[in-house]
Formats: sequence, structure tokens, C-alpha cells
Amino acid sequence: MNKAATTAKTAPKVGPDVIKEPSMLKQKAMIDANFKLLATANEEGRKVSSTFVPGNLNELQMCFDLNCNFPEINALQNGMRKKSGRLIMEAERNGQSEDVCTYVKSDLGMIMQGNIGPTGDKLPDPDVLLLSYTGCFTFMKWFELVREKYDCETIMLHVPYQADGKITQNMRDYVVKQLKEEVIPTLERVSGVKFDIDRLRQYMVESAKAEDDLVWILQSAKNTPSPIDAFFGGVYYIGPIFTAFRGTEAATEYYRTLRGEIEQRLANGQGPVTPEGNFGKERFRLVVEGTPNYTNFREFWKMFYDEGAVVVASTYTKVGGVYDFGFRHDPDNPIESLADYCLGCYTNLSLPARIRMLTSYMEDYQADGLLVNSVKSCNSFSAGQLLMLREIEKRTGKPGAFIETDLVDPRYFSAANVKNRLESYFQMLEQKNATQAA
Amino acid sequence: MDCFIGIDLGSTTTKAVVMDQNFQVLGRGITNSRSNYDVAAEVAKQEALLNTRFHLFRQSLSSVSALDGQLDDFLDQLVRDFRLEQFLEQLADLERTCISNATADRFGGDTEALHEALGEVFRRLTIEAPDQFAPGAQRKSDFFRDIAGSRYLAVGEAVAGESGLSFDYVLNVYDRSIIDVENRISEETLSDKLMRALDRTFVAFDDLSAASHAVRAPVRAVLDTVLAETYVIGTGYGRARLPFSKEHIRSEILCHGLGAHVMYPDTATVLDIGGQDTKAIQIDGSGIVENFQMNDRCAAGCGRYLGYIADEMNLGLHELGPLALRSTRKVRINSTCTVFAGAELRDRLSLGEAREDILAGLHRAIILRAISILSRSGGIRDQFTFTGGVANNGAAVKALKQLIKENYGDLTINIDPDSIYTGALGAATFARRATDGDGDEGPATTTEH
Amino acid sequence: MPLQETQQETLKETVENIVDRCQALFDDLDFTVVKEWKAANPGGKAIGFLPIYVPREIIHAAGMLPVGILGGGDQLEVIHGDAYYQSYICRIPRSTIELGLTGRLDSLDGMLFPSICDVIRNLSGMWQLLFKDKYVKYFDVPQTYRDDIAGTFYIHELQTLREDLAELAGREITDDDLRRSIAVYNENRATIEELYRLRAGLPWQAPTSELYLLLRAGMVLPVEEHTQLLRDYMVATSVEERPRRDNCRVVVNGVFCEQPPLGLIKSLEMAGCYVVDDDFLLVTRWLLDDVPTDGDPLDNLSKAFLHHSAATSAKYEPDKANKGRFLIDQVRNSGAEGVIFAAPSFCDPALLDRPMLQDALSRDDIPYTAFKYAENTGQLQAIREQAGTFADSIKLWSA
Repeated sequence: MNKAATTAKTAPKVGPDVIKEPSMLKQKAMIDANFKLLATANEEGRKVSSTFVPGNLNELQMCFDLNCNFPEINALQNGMRKKSGRLIMEAERNGQSEDVCTYVKSDLGMIMQGNIGPTGDKLPDPDVLLLSYTGCFTFMKWFELVREKYDCETIMLHVPYQADGKITQNMRDYVVKQLKEEVIPTLERVSGVKFDIDRLRQYMVESAKAEDDLVWILQSAKNTPSPIDAFFGGVYYIGPIFTAFRGTEAATEYYRTLRGEIEQRLANGQGPVTPEGNFGKERFRLVVEGTPNYTNFREFWKMFYDEGAVVVASTYTKVGGVYDFGFRHDPDNPIESLADYCLGCYTNLSLPARIRMLTSYMEDYQADGLLVNSVKSCNSFSAGQLLMLREIEKRTGKPGAFIETDLVDPRYFSAANVKNRLESYFQMLEQKNATQAA
Repeated sequence: MDCFIGIDLGSTTTKAVVMDQNFQVLGRGITNSRSNYDVAAEVAKQEALLNTRFHLFRQSLSSVSALDGQLDDFLDQLVRDFRLEQFLEQLADLERTCISNATADRFGGDTEALHEALGEVFRRLTIEAPDQFAPGAQRKSDFFRDIAGSRYLAVGEAVAGESGLSFDYVLNVYDRSIIDVENRISEETLSDKLMRALDRTFVAFDDLSAASHAVRAPVRAVLDTVLAETYVIGTGYGRARLPFSKEHIRSEILCHGLGAHVMYPDTATVLDIGGQDTKAIQIDGSGIVENFQMNDRCAAGCGRYLGYIADEMNLGLHELGPLALRSTRKVRINSTCTVFAGAELRDRLSLGEAREDILAGLHRAIILRAISILSRSGGIRDQFTFTGGVANNGAAVKALKQLIKENYGDLTINIDPDSIYTGALGAATFARRATDGDGDEGPATTTEH
Repeated sequence: MPLQETQQETLKETVENIVDRCQALFDDLDFTVVKEWKAANPGGKAIGFLPIYVPREIIHAAGMLPVGILGGGDQLEVIHGDAYYQSYICRIPRSTIELGLTGRLDSLDGMLFPSICDVIRNLSGMWQLLFKDKYVKYFDVPQTYRDDIAGTFYIHELQTLREDLAELAGREITDDDLRRSIAVYNENRATIEELYRLRAGLPWQAPTSELYLLLRAGMVLPVEEHTQLLRDYMVATSVEERPRRDNCRVVVNGVFCEQPPLGLIKSLEMAGCYVVDDDFLLVTRWLLDDVPTDGDPLDNLSKAFLHHSAATSAKYEPDKANKGRFLIDQVRNSGAEGVIFAAPSFCDPALLDRPMLQDALSRDDIPYTAFKYAENTGQLQAIREQAGTFADSIKLWSA
């Protein structure tokens, strides 16, 4: 066997020393602080709400001094910390089907095992379950299930689906009325705090500032090379604004810092930051549809940056709010803009609307291809993705790839399988590019 | 001479193709994939190089007048004799390994009896070995594990019975030893083994004894020709585990696409159904991949499913297709899920449905899965090339042709009997192209055999 | 209607005749009966709808034929549909797409996709993309129940549907049209309730496999004809002596969307379980009381939906204490001895709801068993055995 061929490929290891920039440290501090706040909430008499990321009413909840717990975030954090597998099995041992959403099972398993959160801090018993039924049917069942375990109020905020690709006045009125007549009065009762609309306006001023910066950050990927990875990196960028920090000055500050860092990278002509340092040469630009896998997040990311593949746009970074087509929280119409925010979240959009969005990303961000990461857990995302792929391939003439994993169930991440497909895909893109260049 | 080699490390078999400077295929080799991927790749490559030698023998012996009219028979005999030599060598290795594994700490007071029994088993296996390789002898496969394994079981049981020793002991020793033997590469040179084989062949062709020199000289010359491994490319599901650097590895998608193009230049759509996965590939006029899809996470409907069904029905894998072709009634099987298929199978058999009808339904179910993967990749275009192990199954081919006709109309459907080598052929072609400097491959280096 | 008179009218209709007719309708995946209806009603339109509930009254009031689409069952070979779905998604959307792509639904002028779950919701978008010339509507229903909030929203949605269908029909749908249609469906619902009461009382006289086929016939026949068919059946079966078995009595829950194969339904009875209530074809029994035929028809439909409709997994239960109540009432009112949870594989609503319903049953000491199926489940042996064991255990329990 010849020498070149026998240069053994040593298994690359993801090093423990992850490169951190100031914005990352800041974010980590923010998230840790929120977990600490939650850990002491029950004892210190602060009221707690549990709620979902899509369609969350963070500014409104802050008006009632509620501490906010996000079961989805707990699930994904448990996934990243390799704790979700055993929690899911715990839920399955207690009667949950293996067929259903693993976010739900991870959460239920965690509650059954004493509700110790991902950071090891105890999570509080909620005072209210704020069920924002936005873009996901399973949310409804999730809180019905969680409700069985607690003696607290559940508020249903039913957000109609944008089936025809637009928000009608009827939908908006319905959500606004629910907010005014059901959500706000219930939150007043639970918290004992009187609603002050000016306080809501003030939070929304902050929301809009952060949203401006977030949009700038995500759109910086239109540059070549892209200074960010809009999926793996993007997952971190959306952290504060999709959760307990939208509307806070801390979030505004975070996004200002992050923007500054990216402006610098752009000026230096640098690519994204990866857990192993700077990105090498940008070889492929991809748009990603679907959620990440959290149990093997870094291993998954590495399969991309090792090959020079950068994600320039993703839909996952729009699940907690679609801002890049102009929507901002509006201090002048705070309740209405909350309604429009809820109605506009990505998974509340029709399939044709999602296809239009992805097609525009493919074009505006000059992508070489579309990658769909289809997760077993999330039918809201996944059902129809194969048709979306086909349709977008047809409209853009760019080839797509399809891989299957799960959000937080490690049993559904087959590294060899995923790598095989990704490698095949990248080699195909390379071969095509080489042929076109020739 | 310069050789360009492609190796396709599949989940069940590993294949190699040797190509010359002019893109001409010289030899092919196949072996069963095993726990040690390096060995599987090496064995497949050696087999392909051996096959190349025979290709060269044929070229140089074609001008030997003494062989006029019997060249084919002569070479066939030589192959059999060579296989026998190979078998005997490995059998001897197996005997040594078995003896060394039959230790007193495991078998206590029975150790000595076991050694005696093993000696007898291998004596009989060695005596009967030539019959296994006689002209017209039916072998289950050419892999050592398969031939030796089945005979060892039969002879071992007889010997154990005669000697009053527990058959489990005999079996246990074998199980401990076979993997080691299978994963060892022969240290003896090819030439020595081949010259011994040639001696045997001359015994069979005693009328040629006068022409011995005329035959031996060109064979010797071929054996003295250095086959340089100018460039090697690995592919297949196990490629990541090959000890190759990155530029010597190509995805099986690219290799299958190119391999199908080399076999049938007008190919537009390729379907490959292998043991572990199903691939649908769209290629352009130069064999460049435009799109592909593989079976999803659920491996239902792959070749392995047929293996499972064969086990369930207590049939050999190769018996399934012919049996299914005898079907007279359409039966629809709904489960391509291997977990449920067995149960559905038993349910239907108990309802009195005919085995061949159920089998035909199962083949159609597999092909339906393939059709949906093809559809995801962009459909079926003219010409269509079907490759992989399942392409050798007549019932699967029949179902596929029917479904294509119903859904895509009349298309040219190519199925090469050697289609199992498609991936390796593509890899060899990439290896040959790499040295033209039209790729970004590193400099070629050479080792000699 | 006096029994005597009805009997005379329909003496020639036997149970076998009626069931054969329903079976033929069930087996016909080409919806010939819909084509025949359209041929007999020139200009008439047919509107398909998926489970669980759509207000068929509005379709009817537009002079159209509502057609229930329940997947392809176990007799349809899915050739194209699998290309659209991953292995972890249930069967009904793939076979429904198969029906569409193979032209079997060409006779339908539109499709309604109720808000059952994310899969069916997304299927509405797929339909928009795949069948561009058809009317497609995702029919969103409220998950909150105040008349002044949810009612206003829902009435508006009903009004939109009314306007869309009026446009398709080329004529206005008046309030009186709606009132008449409401009356026709009230009658149908009442007749179905009568059939359910008959089965609960004498389950051997109205076996569930027959009741199911009768309900399925209602998915493709004009409602008036269906009501008559149900009446004919009840008369016919009342004059036949049918073999009675020593079966236990169960409620089947979870079968509201993807349908179990008919063989599975028959298997339950053969295994020793009389089904005395169920959630098959909820659209026929969704509204629990008569909808008033005076006053504002859309307001009436809305109030019926918000306050007098069935409970199911796809519908939010605002009061924790009421979770499972509807099912327990079904058990009590039908005199059932246990519950069989039958859910389609990968059915999020049914499978996520199940543990809560099971807990509620446990609190009331109602035994249950559970399994999964698919519309094309090919082997029923395991299910037969499970149902048989369940039946035996109930008998032991009550002995």
C-alpha cells in the first residue's frame, strides 16, 4: 500500500478548551444568572411562569415581575450536557410512548427525577403555566401533562396558524382579545401586580433595539466569507432574545457587543468562530432548514467546519421570532405587536411561506445548497420537509441534502450515518463546483 | 506496470477493481467484510491483483499453440488449483490456531481427546479438500469462512460422535479461531502458491507435459511483472475506517455515480441496493453527481431485509428470488419494517397463503421503498442503471421493471451481472484520473508487488 | 315514525344487503359514488375533508357534497406517498397523498384540513403546492371557549368558509340554507345516536364492524340518504336473530384520525370484546346536542362547538379536573367494563393524551389496555391475543 494512502487518519477529538469571545462569556453569565434566579424563586417568594420559546410573552411577563422558566431550554441544555437520554427513558418507563416528542419526555423525566435543572440548580414549581400555542400542537399536550404535576393556573393563548401565508385581522383580533381579557387579568391575579402598559412599552423599546442588532448580525452572513455560522453559531446568538431576556437592557447590551465583534471579524475578513478557533477556508455556503441536534451538537458542527462548510442562513434561528422581514416589537402598539409576534414565528408559517423564505435565503445569501436536518421529535418542522426540499431544489437549481437526527434523544443520532451523508453531499458540491469552474 | 485500484468497503462484502493506464479493467476481487476492515480491504485488493494476473496469463498464453482450443479449460483448472492451494494454506492455519486454542484451562481432562479429534477433523478436511474444488463442484461461496465453516461442522460432528467427545467443544474451538484466521494475511508469496497450483494443473492436463516449458515460461514472466499500486482510492460505507488519507477517499455516492457511467455512459439515474442502504443517484452526461438520496434512518427495504426474510423462512438468500418468481397470485405485504415483517410473514403463512406469493409481495415491498427514495432524488430518468447485490435477484428486478413501466413508462434499464463492482469501478476510475492531474489529489507514490 | 310503516317500506332490505353496500362503498378507493353524485347533480361540487371535525352543514348549504377522506386503508398500495414522508410520521398523510397523486380524488373540488395536529396542518400546505387548481383550506378551530373571544374568531372563520364555498358554488349561501342544513344534520346525528344506543344495548345485533361501515358510508353518501340507510339498517337488524357471544364490553379510544384496518375492528369482537362506544369518525358525533335551527346559524354552530362538543386529544381541556371526564362518561353511559386504547403509531395527539386518560381511568378503577396500529397493519395476531387476554381478565375481575 502506498505511503500517501496509509497516512493514518487519527480520530479528531473535540478539545475541551473552547475558544470564547466576550459576548459568549456575557451570554453564559446571563443564562447562569437566570437559572440561579429560578433556583431561589420559590423560597424568596418570587412568582414563576413556565412558557414556550415560540410566541413567548417575555416583555409582558416582566411587567408582572415573573421569573421565567423555559422547558424547551431546559431540555436542550440537558441534551447538550448529555443528560437528556436518561430523562427520556425515565418518561418512557412511566408510560410515555417512544413515538412522541423527546423535548416533552426530557422535561417530564426531569420533573419526575426531582426537577433538578441542567445546571444542577433546582428548578422552581411554577405559579403559572403560560401555554403559548404557537406553531406547535404538541405544546398543548405538553402543558396538559405538566399541569397534572402542579397545582397552578394554566393560561392558554391560542395563536391561529398562518395557513394562507398572511396574518388576517380576525387572527390578530383573536390573539389581542385573549391577551387583554384572559392572559393579562390572569397574570395580574397570579402575580398580584397591576398591569402597567407603559412598563410594557419601555421593555419593547429595548426589544426593538436588540432585534435591530440581531438582524444585522444574521444578515452579516451575506458577506463572503461569512463572519458567522448562522445555524451552529446562530443557536447561541438567538439565546438571549428568544428567552428570558428579550426586552431587557442586558439583551440590548449583549447584541451590541456581539455586533461589535462581528463588525471586527468582517473588517478582518475572518470567518466564523468555532469551538476549535477560527474557521478555515470557506468552501461551501449552506442554508439549513430544521432544528439542531443537541446531544451531539459539537460533533455535528465539527462535521461542517472540518469540511469548510458554513451555514449562512437557517430557519431555526427564526423559531422564536422572524425579524428579518421587518417585524419589530412596537412600543406604540404593544399588545398588537405581541399578537403579530406570536402569529409570525417560523413554525406558525405555512409550507408555501416557508418555501418562499428558504428560497429567498438561498438567493440572498448566495448559498451552494440546502441542508434539511429532519428531527424525529418535531412534526411541526418535519412533516412536509421532503416536499419543501424538492420544491426549493426546483426553484433554485441547487441540490439539497436530507439528514435525520433528533433534538435531544441520543438514540437518534448516528454519527457515522450523518457523516456519511454530509461527506457525500460536500463531495458532490465540490465535484459540481469543479465542473462548473472548468 | 501501473495499476489504479478502487476499493469499495461495503457492509457485507468488500470489492476491489484494478485498472490500467488506459482505463481498462484488468481484475476484480471480492471478499466478505469482517471485523478488521484493513484486512478486508487488503484481501479484496489481493484478489483483484490475482485476478489481474490471470487476465495477464490469458493474454500471454493465448499465443501458446499447445493450449489451442483448451486455454479456457486450462485457466479454469488453474484457478481451481490455486483456490485449493489457498484453501489448504488457510486450513493449516486454522488447524494450528484451533490446537493452540484447545488449552487445558478451558477443556480440562478432555483436552487430549479434543486434540486428537481436531487432528482427525483436519485430516479428513484436507483429504476431501480437492473434491471441493473439483470441476463442477458446488460451493456455497468462495470465502474461506463459508467453505471451511460448513464442512467443519459436518465433519466435526461426525468425529465428535465417533469419539464420544462433546460436539460443543469442537464447535467452541472453531468459533474462537476462525476470526483470527480470517483476519490474517498470507505471508507466502503469490508466486510460490501459483507455481504449486500449476503443478497440479499439469497433472490434470497430462497431455501437456511436453509443452510444460512453453506454458511455464510466460506464466513465470507474468509473475515477474511488477504490478505497481500507482494510485489507490477507497470508498464505501466503511471508507472512514480505511487507513487512507483524505485525498484517497471518495464517497460511495460519487463512486457509484461514476462507476455506473463507466459501465453505461448514457446512465442518468442509478439505483444501488446494498446490504445496509439504498442509494438513488442522479448523474449528468459525464458521470458527475447532480443529486442523491439514501434510505432514511429506517433501513427497511435494504438487502439485509432479504437476509432476514431468508433466515425467517429457513432458506438461502439466493433461493428467495427464484422462488418468488414462481408466484402466481399477487399478495401485498405492508411491513417493510424488519421487526414486523417476520410476524406478518408467519401470520400469512398460517392463513395458508403460498410461500412464493408472499415472497413476491416482499420483493415488491422492498422495491417500493426504493421507488420512493428514487422519487425523493428526482425520479427515474432514461437510462436507468440498477446496481448492488439485490440487482442479482430476479424477483427484485422483475418488480422494479414493472413499477418503472407503470410509473415512468418505457426506459432503458441496465443491469450488469458484475454490478456489485460498480463502486469499486468508480473508485478505480477516480484513481486513474487522479494521476492526470485533473483532480486535487496528491502526488502518486508507488509500492511494488 | 311508526315502526310498522317503516318496516313495510324496507322489508326487502336485509342486513346483508345494507352491509354489502356499505362494504362496497368502503372498498371503492376511486370514490365512484361521488362521481355518480356529481353526474346526477350537474354543476354540483364535492368537498373533501379530513378527520376530526368540519361543519358539514356549510358545505351542504352550498349544495355541495361533503366527502370524508380517511386515508387509503390497508388495500391501497402506496407508491408515491412514501417519498414525501420520513419513517417516523404516521400513515394517513402518505396514503392521502397517494390518493391525490393517483387521481383518485380528482372528483373533489376542494379539501378542508381541520386542525388535528402538526402533520395534518402541514399537509394542508402540501396540498396547496401539489394541487394548485383546487380549493384548499386549513380549518382552524378555537382552543379557547369564550363566546366573546373564541366565538367571535370562530364565527369569522365559519363566515370565511361560507364565502369561499359560495364563490365556488357561484351562489349565495343564505341563513335559511344553513338552517335547513343544520336540521338535516341534526337528524343524522340523532339517528347515529340511536344506532349507538342500539349497539350499547344489544351489541350482537349491531356489531361494530357493521356500525363502522355504516358510518363510513356517511362519509361519501349525501346525508339524507345516509340517514335513511341507518334507519333501514336498524329496522333490518331488529327482525334478525343474531348470535350472541359472551363478550366483555369496551370503549375504544384513539381511533379518531388514521383508521384501523377493518380486520382489526373485527378482530376485537372475535377476541371477545364488544365495542359499546368509540371515537371513530368523530365528525358524525362531534356536536353533542341538536344545533338550534332558529336564530343566527353561524352563532349556533359556534356555540355548539364551544360548549357542546366531544372531547378528544386534539382539543384543549381548560380544566384539569375534567381531563378524562368525557371518556369516563362514555364508559359509564354505555355500560362498558374497560377501555381499549388503540392509537396509530406516531400519532402525537393520541399518544401524548393517553397517559393522562389512563391515570383518570385508574382513579376510577376502570381497567384498560393499549396498543398501536397503522392503517395498513398487516398482522393482527398480537392484537387479537392482547384483546383476548384483556377480555378474559375483565371477566375474571367481574366474576
